[in-house]
Amino acid sequence: MTSRNLALFAAVAVLFLITGFFQSWNLALSILNMAIVSAIMAMGVNIQWGYAGLFNVGIMGFAALGGLAVVLTSSQPVEGAWRAGGPGIVLGLLLGVATIGLAVALYRRMQQGLPRTATIIAVLLGGFFLYRWVFDPAAVAVEANNPEAFGNIGGFGLPALVAWPMGGLLAAAAAWAIGKTALGLRSDYLAIATLGIAEIVIAVMKNEDWLARGVKNITQLPRPWPVPLEVDLQQSQPFLDWAGRWGFDPVLTSSIIVKLAYAGLFLTVLLIVVWLSERALRSPWGRTMRAIRDNEVSAEAMGKYVTGRHLQVFILGSAVVGIAGAMMTTLDGQLTPGSYSPLRYTFLIWMMVIVGGSGNNWGAVLGGFLIWWLWIMVEPMGLWLMGTITAGMADGSWLKTHLQDGAAHMRPVTKGVILLLVLRFSPRGLIPEK
Amino acid sequence: MDLLNALVTFANFVFIPAVAYGAQLAIGALGVTLIYGILRFSNFAHGDTMAFGTMITILFTWWFQSMGISFGPLPTALLALPIGIVLTALFVLGTDRVVYRFYRKQRVATSILVIVSLGVTFIMNGITRFIIGTEEQNFADGERFVISAADFKATTGLAEGLAIKSTQAITLATAVIVVAALFWFLNRTRTGKSMRAFSDNEDLALLSGINPERVVAVTWIITAALATIAGVLYGLDKSFKPFTYFQLLLPIFAAAVVGGLGSPVGAIAGGFVIAFSEVMVTYAWKKVLGYLLPDSLAPEALVQLLTTDYKFAVSFTILIAVLLFKPTGLFRGKSV
Repeated sequence: MTSRNLALFAAVAVLFLITGFFQSWNLALSILNMAIVSAIMAMGVNIQWGYAGLFNVGIMGFAALGGLAVVLTSSQPVEGAWRAGGPGIVLGLLLGVATIGLAVALYRRMQQGLPRTATIIAVLLGGFFLYRWVFDPAAVAVEANNPEAFGNIGGFGLPALVAWPMGGLLAAAAAWAIGKTALGLRSDYLAIATLGIAEIVIAVMKNEDWLARGVKNITQLPRPWPVPLEVDLQQSQPFLDWAGRWGFDPVLTSSIIVKLAYAGLFLTVLLIVVWLSERALRSPWGRTMRAIRDNEVSAEAMGKYVTGRHLQVFILGSAVVGIAGAMMTTLDGQLTPGSYSPLRYTFLIWMMVIVGGSGNNWGAVLGGFLIWWLWIMVEPMGLWLMGTITAGMADGSWLKTHLQDGAAHMRPVTKGVILLLVLRFSPRGLIPEK
Repeated sequence: MDLLNALVTFANFVFIPAVAYGAQLAIGALGVTLIYGILRFSNFAHGDTMAFGTMITILFTWWFQSMGISFGPLPTALLALPIGIVLTALFVLGTDRVVYRFYRKQRVATSILVIVSLGVTFIMNGITRFIIGTEEQNFADGERFVISAADFKATTGLAEGLAIKSTQAITLATAVIVVAALFWFLNRTRTGKSMRAFSDNEDLALLSGINPERVVAVTWIITAALATIAGVLYGLDKSFKPFTYFQLLLPIFAAAVVGGLGSPVGAIAGGFVIAFSEVMVTYAWKKVLGYLLPDSLAPEALVQLLTTDYKFAVSFTILIAVLLFKPTGLFRGKSV
């Protein structure tokens, strides 16, 4: 790291310190925690786009899958749910997978022509109805099981830390399936395809109530291992004594300690991901990736297996996004499918990579911290700006109310302007690739 | 077995809505395909251009309504539409001047242009939300129906009604006029021919003295007009909500790709393919089948392949299938 890069990181650190001193440390720490999560997601995008030039705008979907894995892994098992329809659901899903597998096998084995098309369509249609016939009653039965409180299949009750790698695995599995079908496509087709996948993932999570209660949300997901509950801290005598000795407010201090614990945990994950990514980038594998990115044809001519490498890097990047998505859901303590939007979960992460410097891991991390801080701070800034502009206007005037309501929409405009300015005047980002 | 009632039900719930929706998608996809043909990138800002143009049209519609101007039985929005087109065209030309032209001169990679168009998307999205908010707006006025279900039942004596909303009729009429005008322009005028030449072979077109900046400017103007028309028709038929318009990107892109990117005929065909698949897959066939099948076989379930929440999955599946098996689309667009 050069001194210039260190100065950039220091400058971003100062932003967080300013927030801490002038607003509150609670706020500064909660921005920091999400900034770390965002930085990890940005690393995932950087692995795909910066290393290999893969244009994936389905980040939201992979982050949401990570969140789903948290629910399925670490939430408590639901009484009676498995008995109500668990086997039926699993069998139905297996039938669905088998149908697709059979169709693919037929496509590969049979001669091209009308018989093949007809057989495949028949297999797909038959498989679809069979799947619905097995799956639907099971899903309905699970949803009917104590619908007020649960109605979902429940989780395994495993520790939250186990759920994070599971989030990575689930995202990786999805990435494998998507990569197998869509990776051969040219860049903007891949973009459209991944954009669609992400919408479908969210639609599934919103509507399949048996999976994670859909828009009824799952709350009270467990904390990861060293992070205590605020309530427990506030009731523990040693903590109260300690806080009293220093003259701290116990309620505020407990919430700060919880956030610090999260920050420590998240930073560990971030550093591990950065270390692994740096190792990978400097290895022969990383050089191959960059060679493919810069000139696919010549890399192929040199005997590099372009499609295979692309699939690898697509899976790896998506897994990193999935882990970050799982961490975020654990941090929130709840899974709310309705809150996923592409502007926030896909394009914001992309901005972090582009502003930070695509192809450079430290750039992605810096971009993650900086852009997340800005994203949170632009709204109060917009409110302040609108307040100043409208200060001279009569209270209750139509324009004044409208302008003040509109301050919330400063975010997309600012985002667009920053993106365009960076692309125009500093296309390699704050910390360019070496 | 009651064929007539089955047909009427089918027409009422599947055919007519799908035709209207297909026409809206087709006009949207024409814009995407033109940009792709001339500027050679997938314009992610198209959905928000539609939203922007519709928003301006809505604002002028409200203004006209407040002045008591109406268009008789037709929606006032049609009067405001030309103003919407002009202002959107000016805005889009502005973005070309300030944003895209720089990258065009540099001949950057396609994916960079797509990211740049994302930046434009955010700005347009923010402006739209800032001016009109994120809520749903209904701005259709005038006659609601060309044929109402009750009238149809009374006239024909059938058990099922057939309703044609005036917005559906307007959509179809406008689509026919727009498509005819566009094809006349592309095939008969000098500028249109130079656009096609530019799309087919840029270098050759430049050598024969075609002014690229002019071609690009005309393309943007036409695209802005198409986007505004598509957006207003969709908004009249359903309702206007900025985020829905962003999400329309997927079916519109799917339509353009199915038809073959860069091919105007393909975009129209693609629009109808997507619309019909979407409506037919998400429609509950119980009623139609109930009329067609003998009572003993009549289905008890809804016979709905997918719920409407999964309509994205339909456009997506078609998109992927076409890209995998026929990457140039039905009408031989630009190859992958």
